[in-house]
Amino acid sequence: MAELLQGSDAVARAAIAAGCRFFAGYPMLPFTDLLEAMARLMPGAGGVCMNAESEIEAVNMTLGAGAAGARAATGSCGQGIALMQEAIAEAALNEVPFVVFNMARGQQDYFQCTRGGGWGDYRTICLAPKDVAEAVEHTQLLFHLADLYRAPVILYGDYLISHTYMSVSVSPPDFGPLPPKDWALDGSRGGTGRSRQIWTWAMGKANYPGPGPDRHWQRVASKFEDAARAEQRWEEVGCEDAETVVVSFGTAGPFVEQVVGELRAEGIRVGAFRPVSLWPFPEAALAAACRSASRVLVFEVNAGQMVDDVRLAVGGRIPVVPIGRVSIDFSGMRQGEILSVPWIRDRVRQAA
Amino acid sequence: MKQVAGALAPLQLSGEHHLCPGCGHPVAWRILLEAIAELGLERKAIGVVGHGCYTNIVSLADVDFLQCLHGRAPAVATGVKRVRPDVAVFTLQGDGDMASEGLAEVLHAAARGERITAVMLNNGVFGDTGGQMTAASVVGQRTKTSLDGRQPADHGYPVPVAELVASLPGAAFVARGAVGDAGSVARTKRYLKRAFEAAVAGEGFTLVEVLTMCPTGWFLPTAEGPGYLSERFEPVYPVGVLTGR
Repeated sequence: MAELLQGSDAVARAAIAAGCRFFAGYPMLPFTDLLEAMARLMPGAGGVCMNAESEIEAVNMTLGAGAAGARAATGSCGQGIALMQEAIAEAALNEVPFVVFNMARGQQDYFQCTRGGGWGDYRTICLAPKDVAEAVEHTQLLFHLADLYRAPVILYGDYLISHTYMSVSVSPPDFGPLPPKDWALDGSRGGTGRSRQIWTWAMGKANYPGPGPDRHWQRVASKFEDAARAEQRWEEVGCEDAETVVVSFGTAGPFVEQVVGELRAEGIRVGAFRPVSLWPFPEAALAAACRSASRVLVFEVNAGQMVDDVRLAVGGRIPVVPIGRVSIDFSGMRQGEILSVPWIRDRVRQAA
Repeated sequence: MKQVAGALAPLQLSGEHHLCPGCGHPVAWRILLEAIAELGLERKAIGVVGHGCYTNIVSLADVDFLQCLHGRAPAVATGVKRVRPDVAVFTLQGDGDMASEGLAEVLHAAARGERITAVMLNNGVFGDTGGQMTAASVVGQRTKTSLDGRQPADHGYPVPVAELVASLPGAAFVARGAVGDAGSVARTKRYLKRAFEAAVAGEGFTLVEVLTMCPTGWFLPTAEGPGYLSERFEPVYPVGVLTGR
């Protein structure tokens, strides 16, 4: 059943519908609304929402809840996500699943959501919804992917996702079976000779040694190679005959799609490509979308972060031209003047 | 050499460990495991362990363990306990882990009254990294990063974690023990059992700080560890119950 919900409420409802029963956060706009929604909704669902005393505590509490077998989530944005990177890396390496909701201040978190800022050979699956309806789908999918790969995963939202009202249904679809969480700590096997251990070094117990860090980290790395192949998601419009392909992500996507629609109506052969998964980046799909293009424009509201992935995907075959820039309003929380159809339209026209 | 402690402790999987001669940690491990076993918590205990010489307990003890980031064990244990309220959740940390890196985590967990048992092994030195000053090093203590001894003018004063935690209403039981002699060991084990009982009964946060010897990190002959502990540490860190019955 569809309901008109504000984005933060919709994401919170979707998370709870997906089975999330533990949430911890520390206020920071525009993430704050999601924390407030969780504090309001979690108790009624039999779950817990913690007022963590820092982002470091929030993510480590979430790691503990995930290790104990709960579907768990935390969130923040910008500098708060930076504080969480150590624990996100740790959870990737000791294989504890949870979801991180980055309700970002604009698009300057691309690097830290796709490259990570923590130690070790790991990746974070990161989905960037274009609107509230997609944020609901991604929320539900991310809990599934976290459990499937036993890894922390990230939703890249922003103030538009957090604050926009949209009519959505929060009932989760069936994503198929998952392996049992027989690794989760419940204390029940103490003294049986088969007690459990969650440890990044994977040394195991004296009576049944683990693989140790070399083999364990190689296996973790190969798991992310599997995810890189299986979890690429994207959307494209008008790329089949496009001479110019415009790449954008997240809530910038619909602005670019609008521009592309208008220009195509004028007979200009332009297409739009939007990576839905920022990691894994849909490299092959972007290369294919550019098969008839003579240039790729990259519109992102930052000084140039995703453009690196676009260049890797296109491989130097055609020019890759950034057309975005840093653009922040006076509050520092919202995107500035460039997230507008006329502004993007002018830039695409000039470059095309 | 005469073997003074013959059989393995309950829940102990192996007698092999990497700790130095004269280290107090194996005694602390033993009484921790004995406390868990004697309270009948073997099948309902989860330990969250920080980074230090003591970390290897996650391999040597037959208990569910999560080895976590340096300093963060009380936050991680909070997440575990909140989703498994019927389990006895405890942390094992050193003074570097709890007093230096993770002071915020333990104080906030105590303030929230999390129903967990935090155990801090306090030897006043970073043993695992080879003998550097921690926030709990005592005044005058020589370390590789306080070569002339900890000087208040340069290095400030040691942090009394048990007293800080005891000042918070969320703490139900707080005690400081030691493992330098047989009487202290027996008393510290009683503290550990009381802490587990109070946390499991839902009374609030519990902490046992355990003063333990590190002759290697104190740059002393092995046999001088217990004497240094009682002469230099116990005047700064008085043993006894600070909060609770």
